[in-house]
Amino acid sequence: MNGETDITGAGGVPDPVTADLRLSVNGVPRPVTVDTRETLLDTLRESLGLTGAKKGCDHGQCGACTVLVDGRRALSCLTLTVTADDVEIVTVEGLADGDALHPLQAAFVENDAFQCGYCTPGQLCSAVGALAEAAEGWPSAVTPGLSAPPRLDETEIRERMSGNLCRCGAYPGIVAAVGQVAR
Amino acid sequence: MKTEARPYVGAALERVEGVEKVTGLARYAYENFPDDLAYAVPVQASVARGTVLAADVDAVVRLPGVIAAIWHGNAPRLAPADNAELAVLQSDRVAYRGQYVAVVVAETLQCAREAARLLRIDYDAEPHDVELRADHPEMYRPDRVNAGYPADTELGDPDAALAAAPVLVDATYRTPAEHNNPMEPHATVAVWSGDGLTLHDSTQGVSALRETIAPLFGMPPENVRVISPHVGGGFGSKGAALPPVVLAALAAKHTGRPVKLAVTRQQMFAVTGYRTPTIQRVRLGADTGGRLTVIVHEAFEQSSRLREFAEQTTTPTRVMYAAPDRRTAHRLVRLDVPTPAWMRAPGEAPGMFALESAMDELAVACGIDPVELRIRNEPAAEPESGLPFSSRNLVGCLREGARRFGWADRDPTPAARTRGRMLVGTGVAASTYPVYRRPSRASARCEPDGRFSVRIAAADIGTGARTILTQVAADALRVTPDRVRVEVGDTALPAASLAGGSAGTASWGTAVVRACEALLEELDLRGGDVPAEGLEATADTAEEVGEQPEYARHAFGAQFAEVGVDLDTGEARVLRLLGVFAAGRIVNPVTARSQFVGGMTMGMSMALLEESVMDREFGDYLNHDLAQYHVPTAMDLPDVQAYWIEEDDPHLNPLGAKGIGEIGIVGTAAAVANAVHHATGVRVRDLPIRLDKLVR
Repeated sequence: MNGETDITGAGGVPDPVTADLRLSVNGVPRPVTVDTRETLLDTLRESLGLTGAKKGCDHGQCGACTVLVDGRRALSCLTLTVTADDVEIVTVEGLADGDALHPLQAAFVENDAFQCGYCTPGQLCSAVGALAEAAEGWPSAVTPGLSAPPRLDETEIRERMSGNLCRCGAYPGIVAAVGQVAR
Repeated sequence: MKTEARPYVGAALERVEGVEKVTGLARYAYENFPDDLAYAVPVQASVARGTVLAADVDAVVRLPGVIAAIWHGNAPRLAPADNAELAVLQSDRVAYRGQYVAVVVAETLQCAREAARLLRIDYDAEPHDVELRADHPEMYRPDRVNAGYPADTELGDPDAALAAAPVLVDATYRTPAEHNNPMEPHATVAVWSGDGLTLHDSTQGVSALRETIAPLFGMPPENVRVISPHVGGGFGSKGAALPPVVLAALAAKHTGRPVKLAVTRQQMFAVTGYRTPTIQRVRLGADTGGRLTVIVHEAFEQSSRLREFAEQTTTPTRVMYAAPDRRTAHRLVRLDVPTPAWMRAPGEAPGMFALESAMDELAVACGIDPVELRIRNEPAAEPESGLPFSSRNLVGCLREGARRFGWADRDPTPAARTRGRMLVGTGVAASTYPVYRRPSRASARCEPDGRFSVRIAAADIGTGARTILTQVAADALRVTPDRVRVEVGDTALPAASLAGGSAGTASWGTAVVRACEALLEELDLRGGDVPAEGLEATADTAEEVGEQPEYARHAFGAQFAEVGVDLDTGEARVLRLLGVFAAGRIVNPVTARSQFVGGMTMGMSMALLEESVMDREFGDYLNHDLAQYHVPTAMDLPDVQAYWIEEDDPHLNPLGAKGIGEIGIVGTAAAVANAVHHATGVRVRDLPIRLDKLVR
C-alpha cells in the first residue's frame, strides 16, 4: 500500500490534529497534548514516560500492552488516546502500593512466572482484570454453566489469560501465580 | 579440572531482576529518551526481486513533522560489509520482498508512520524464485554449515549397507519456515556524539554487535557503546547484527538527531531472520533386532541472495546413534527470500524432528518399543569422531522419563485408544545439544564495605543469566549472593561472548569464576585488606577455552508426549509433555526449569502450530503477524513437566554445566508426531501437524 496516495497535489497532507487532554493515570492527573492518531500505548510510553505497558504487536494480538481502563482490561494499542480522557487508567506502574508489591506481582516473582519479562506487565494487568471479572461472576468460554459463579480452577485461569502471549513459555508459572492469588 | 558443589550453585535463587520486571521499571531498548529524539520508520520493498528506480523523498520531506527521508540515493555511505544484509540502503538492488529500501525520520511516531506509508517508490520488478524444492537445479553443497561444521560426512559404504539391510526406513520429512517472534520486537535508539555512537539495542550480545557495527561506520570498536540491560527475548534472532540497527544508526547520522527505531511485528517476518524450511530424507537400515547398520540423513535448505546461511540440520545425526556405515549431507539453494538465521537450536530442532521420527518408524517396522530401540543403538563413543563422550546419559533420561511418564504398560498398537471424543496416543523422542564454550572476559571488584561487583558484557535475554552468575560469583567469592552485584549488557563492561548456542553459563561462568579467583588471590596477598578505592581483578578465558582437551561434549534428553486427536475435526492437542534432561550441573533449578519448559513449549508449538507460509505470487511470508502465525497461549499446553539427571562431568568448565537454553525444543516435535501416529495411525512427516493432515 506504500505510496498509493498522491501527496503532491493541491491540499497535500494536513497538519496533525492535536487535542489537549487531562488523562488520569495511576490516580495522577496527566495533562497532555496528543495527536488524534495516537494510541494510548504510544501516549503512555512516549509522552508520559510510563514504559511498563509494552508494544509487542501494535495490533491487539499479543496482550503485552494490556492496561486497566476503569478497572477493565483494555488493549492500549487499540485505544485512541482521545477516547480516554474521562476514564481511570491503571498501568503496571500503578499496581504496587508504594514499596509493597501487588499480591500478583509478588506471586509472579515467587512462581518464576516470566523469563524475559516483556509480556509481564500485560500479563499482570490482565490478571488483575481477570480476577475482577470472575469475582463479578462473569463466565468464560470454559465455565460449565451460568447458574453458579465461576470457580477459578486452572482451566478457567488458562482460558481467561489466553489473550496474553508469552513466547518464553512461562505459562505454568503464570497460571500458578494467578491461582495462588485467586484462592 | 574438578567441579565442586558449593552452597549457591544449585540453589533456587529468585531472579535478581524480578521486582524490576513485575513493576514495569526494567528498561528495554526502545524505552530510552535522549534529548532531541526523532522517530524512524522504515519502508520495505514491495517486490521480491528487482531494482529501485526512484523514491519520491522530496515530496515526503515536505510533509508535516518530517525531518528526512533516506534511500540509497541519499544515504550516508557505509564501509563494505562481510554480510551483505548490513549494507543497508547502499544499493538499488532488491534481494527479497520486505527488504528495507528507505526510512523516514520525523518529530513524532505518527508523522513518521504516515510519511513512510506515503513514500512513493518505483521499482523495476523482475521475476522471482522463492520456492524451496529438493530438486532445484541451483542446489549446491556449502563449504561449511553453521557453527563451522563440515557440510558432508561419510563413513564406510552407506549405499551398500542400505542395499543389504534387512529392515529399511526411507522417508522424507519437511519442516516449514518458522519465525522466532520474541515478544519484544527488535528496537534501537541510536545517538551520535562527535565520532562516537551509542546504541540502546535489543541484542543477545553487545560485544559482538559493537564489533560488527563499528567498521561499517569506519570507526574502531571502542567508539561504539552498546547498552542492553534487558532484552525481551531473542531465541537467536537478536544474536547477530541485523538491518534495523544499521538503519537506526544511519538515520541518526544522516539527520544529526538521536533516532529510535522499532521493527514492527509484521516487518520481523522479513528483516530479523527465521528458521529455514527444510526437506530431509532419512534412511535407516537395521537388522531385525533393530540394531542400526546404516544411517543416511540428507537436508535441503534455503538461503537468500545476500548471505549464505546454511543450517547444520543433520549434525545431530553425527552424534546420536551407533552404526558402522553412515552419511550426512547438506544442500542449499539461494532464492529471492529473506535471509534465514539462528532460531532456537538451529540444526538440532528440525534435524531431530526427522531423525527421531524415523527412529519411531523403525521401531514400528521392527516391532520394538521405541525406548528400547534407542537404548539398543547407544554408541560407546561419538559415532563419527570416535571421541569419548565427556558424559552421556541419554539412556538414563529415557529410563527415568519412561518411569515418570508411565510408559511401561504402553500398547504399541496405533489408533486403539479413545478418551471421550478423542483418539489418544503417546510418543517418545530423544534430545541432544552440543556443549559450546567461548572466550570471555570478566572483572570482579571488592569494596571496603565488603560488597562485591562482577562485571561482564553478557546478556540476560530471559535466561536468568544475571541470576545464575550472581550465584556463581557468590560461591567463587565465598560470600552470600546479597553481597554480589552482577552487571551485564553493556560494552563498557569486559567483553563477553553472545547469548547463543546455549553457551552463556559455560562461557561467562568460567570468566566470572576466574575473575573472582583472581580477586581472592589479590585479597590474600593483602591479608584481606581492601584499600579505600576498592580492589579489582580481571580474567580472560581465551587461553583456557582454547586449550580444553578433546571430548565429545553434548547434553542429552528424552521427551515423552501424550496427545489427543479430535475424532470429528482431526484437531491434535498435546495433553501432556514430560522431559528428562542430562545437562551437567544445574546452576539454578528455578530458572533452569523455566528454560526447559520454555523450550519444550516452543517444541510443542513447532509440532502443532508454527508455519510461515511463503506467498509464491508476491514472494513474502504471508501470515506475518501474531493473529496468523500461531504461538501457544496458556490454553495450549495444560501439562508440561521438566526433570533432570544430575551429572558430575569434570571435562566441561569450573561449573560442570552444559547449557540448557536450546535442548528443550529438540526432539519435542518428533515426540508429538510419534504420539499422533500412535493415536491415529497417521504418520505426519511435514510440520506442523494441522487437522487437514489427519482428516482423511
